[in-house]
Amino acid sequence: MEPFKHLKSKPVPLDIVNVDTDQIIPKQFLKLLGKTGYGKYLFYNWRYNKDGNVEPKFVINLPEFVGREILLTRENFGIGSSREHAVWALKDFGFKVILGISFADIFYNNCFKNGILAIILDKDIIDDIFISKINQDIEVDLLNQEIKICSDIHKFDIDSTLKYYLLEGIDEISTTLKYENLIRKYEHENKSLVMD
Amino acid sequence: MVKTVYDKIWENHLVYSGNDNDPSLIYIDRHFIHEVTSPQAFDGLRINNRRVRKPDLTFATVDHNIPTTNRSLPLVDEISSLQIKSLQKNCQDFGITLFDMNDQNQGIVHVIGPELGLTLPGTTIVCGDSHTSTHGAFGALAFGIGTSDVEHVLSTQCLWMKKAKNFEIILNSSSKKDLAVTAKDVILSIIKNIGTSGGSGSVIEYRGSFISNLSMEKRMTICNMSIEAGARAGLVSPDDVTFDYLREKRYTPKNESFERLLDRWRDLRPDASAKYDKSFILNVDDLVPQVTWGTNPAMTVDVTSTIPNPDEYAKGDEEEKKSAIRALKYMDLTPGLPITDIPVDRVFIGSCTNARLEDLIEASIIVKDKKISPNVKAMVVPGSQQVKLSAEKLGLDKIFMDAGFEWRESGCSMCLGMNPDILLPGERCASTSNRNFEGRQGTGGRTHLVSPVMAAAAAIAGKFVDVREWI
Repeated sequence: MEPFKHLKSKPVPLDIVNVDTDQIIPKQFLKLLGKTGYGKYLFYNWRYNKDGNVEPKFVINLPEFVGREILLTRENFGIGSSREHAVWALKDFGFKVILGISFADIFYNNCFKNGILAIILDKDIIDDIFISKINQDIEVDLLNQEIKICSDIHKFDIDSTLKYYLLEGIDEISTTLKYENLIRKYEHENKSLVMD
Repeated sequence: MVKTVYDKIWENHLVYSGNDNDPSLIYIDRHFIHEVTSPQAFDGLRINNRRVRKPDLTFATVDHNIPTTNRSLPLVDEISSLQIKSLQKNCQDFGITLFDMNDQNQGIVHVIGPELGLTLPGTTIVCGDSHTSTHGAFGALAFGIGTSDVEHVLSTQCLWMKKAKNFEIILNSSSKKDLAVTAKDVILSIIKNIGTSGGSGSVIEYRGSFISNLSMEKRMTICNMSIEAGARAGLVSPDDVTFDYLREKRYTPKNESFERLLDRWRDLRPDASAKYDKSFILNVDDLVPQVTWGTNPAMTVDVTSTIPNPDEYAKGDEEEKKSAIRALKYMDLTPGLPITDIPVDRVFIGSCTNARLEDLIEASIIVKDKKISPNVKAMVVPGSQQVKLSAEKLGLDKIFMDAGFEWRESGCSMCLGMNPDILLPGERCASTSNRNFEGRQGTGGRTHLVSPVMAAAAAIAGKFVDVREWI
């Protein structure tokens, strides 16, 4: 996984609550066997109209937002299915940071496994960006856990382990495999209820 | 320290206990895999030259994208076929038991786990599917994971997790079982009340007289949709109903092993005065059948009610109001319209929420000796081959087919529409599944979530009806 430290970009404002993973990537695109190539299907049913043509009014299609790497959302982003394809699509499309008021648990977890930083901010900060700062640069500094917009600096919380993995680009499995002795000990002591 | 059921399972699975704010390493007892969310995980193993640590704790089936029509015919969808072949190869290469397409134990992963006795009390269970919460009905800690975590569990049989909060939902009931108001209505009503993020960061424990009197199948319906309330998992303390269900199942340990386990399972109840971080109480006696009107499962009303106006739904929340307006437009519904005036084009009885034998029996009581409306196309997709077989022994297939329903092979089918079973744009469906998101059952399709008896009645009437009037 590529490390994440800093990012500076303007946001793409997706002003919708409760965006579910069926919207982020509809099920007909879950049939690929790899982790890449999903970007072109991101928000497919919102991005293209019934005839398959580009829906000009949908935010990610607006020319002024092309190339932006921060997605600005609201409450409860990523609810529903556990499909990691949702994160793969956002990543493949080019998003590296998602700002929101709250995220669904599984989606949030999936983001960090793929080097995407999901940041939880207070509603008034998110409202302020939507209302008056969508064309301002947002500087994201993971090490110091802060975002800077104009002269405003907002601190954000992040789990120290997730932060470390992201900063270093560490593969979680290789870390866990170092606990082999403990895993073997657990299995040996047979605490589990299934292996009577 | 007094403990909840979740606290007990958690402690019993700690491989490494993290400090206050750090994650802990948790052992996983059962890992279910399916064709859609696992290929990339096996790729990861191969690239890094890693093995599957415990193939004997890993079980696979095909359910998400397989056709529900005649299984003796070759697959038409080449990409689906590739996913299935890929799972077959992965299971073979890594020594994993696979209940393949033509296996008599094939079925929706959350239906076959319990049915085979693979789902046991006090265990930790994961699957790359959010409805893994279903298995919590047995007093297991069961939750959905993404593909990266599938790879992590394959490789280490463990997961890093932070302990979730304890959320108790107390379901009280004094009256006897009611065929018209089901477990599905209970869980829809809970989600309506606490919202799609009401359970966020929590493990829900369902308690109270209503839940202890429920069958295992109905407890599964409730736990299944815990994820729709945003919860990490949902569970029910195991009791004699649980133990009786499991006793003779194929993989359940037998004889002395079973008796030994029983002693441990009986301890899986909350200690007296166990503390919960959150509580919600619902009196089930007051409940009527529920119908969703919008594009998330919290957008639910009583069948006796009308389509709400966005202000009334949002209760002052501007974002929720916008969301309701958007939902009404998508669903092509107008505030004030009585639910029982809404016509349906399609009826789907199926999914890991509501395609077990009891669901089909109850729906068949409504359907028996009647014909579906000429304007409706209706199908029953049993949750597993075993459910299908048992239903056929009871003659349910005949009851449904005589009424005009299609009787299909088992799979996820039109719950998520990854196979050919989809709604056409604009079609309106009464569905026993779990998600009414935009496009979920087919691009432009409109989903109303209901119980199996409500879906069956809608198929006959060609519109929603209050099924209490039919029983």
